[in-house]
Amino acid sequence: MDIIVTFLLICGLIFFTGGAVGILRFPDFYSRLHPAGKLDTMGSLLMLTGLALFNLHHFSLGALLTSLKIILIVVFVFLASPTAIHGIVDAGMRAGLAPWSKGEERR
Amino acid sequence: MENAFLYCSLFLSLLMLISLYRGVFGPTVLDRLIGANAIGSKTVVLLILIGLLYGRVDMFVDIALAYAMLNFIAVLAASRYFQKRKGLYDEVE
Repeated sequence: MDIIVTFLLICGLIFFTGGAVGILRFPDFYSRLHPAGKLDTMGSLLMLTGLALFNLHHFSLGALLTSLKIILIVVFVFLASPTAIHGIVDAGMRAGLAPWSKGEERR
Repeated sequence: MENAFLYCSLFLSLLMLISLYRGVFGPTVLDRLIGANAIGSKTVVLLILIGLLYGRVDMFVDIALAYAMLNFIAVLAASRYFQKRKGLYDEVE
């Protein structure tokens, strides 16, 4: 059980690292939204699933309820995070930010 | 297992510092918003890790759920607010 939980935690941390480095290094506002939207959601899924599994270590009704709440957080993040990123894209498009193209300076 | 949780929390805090760079030095307002959103989504995981370290995960899971909802609402409201704003390119003159 501990090995599975540690594996899930490390996989989630790898995804979070990719998201942070992508936010730091991508050249443009629109391309920065790609790691922010996808990799953070996947990292949250893996890490929270691992923590919910660890919480069921000593099984009881209260622990089951807490794990179900953690899975509820995962479902909420899966609904909310792409919606928030889409809102930011919409704000950028309506405010008239031009997308980056090859050869321009990094912003 | 507690040590693994502790090192995961430390590494997540380091990643939050990396995201904070985009929040502080972002060229436009929306870049700062991306940084704040990334920090918020890492904080949700960090809160449950703290709850497991303290042994009170049943209390911290509610705080994490409320924080996820608050982060979502804040980002949506800020992006709606900056939709019609001019001057997203150069805000500091």
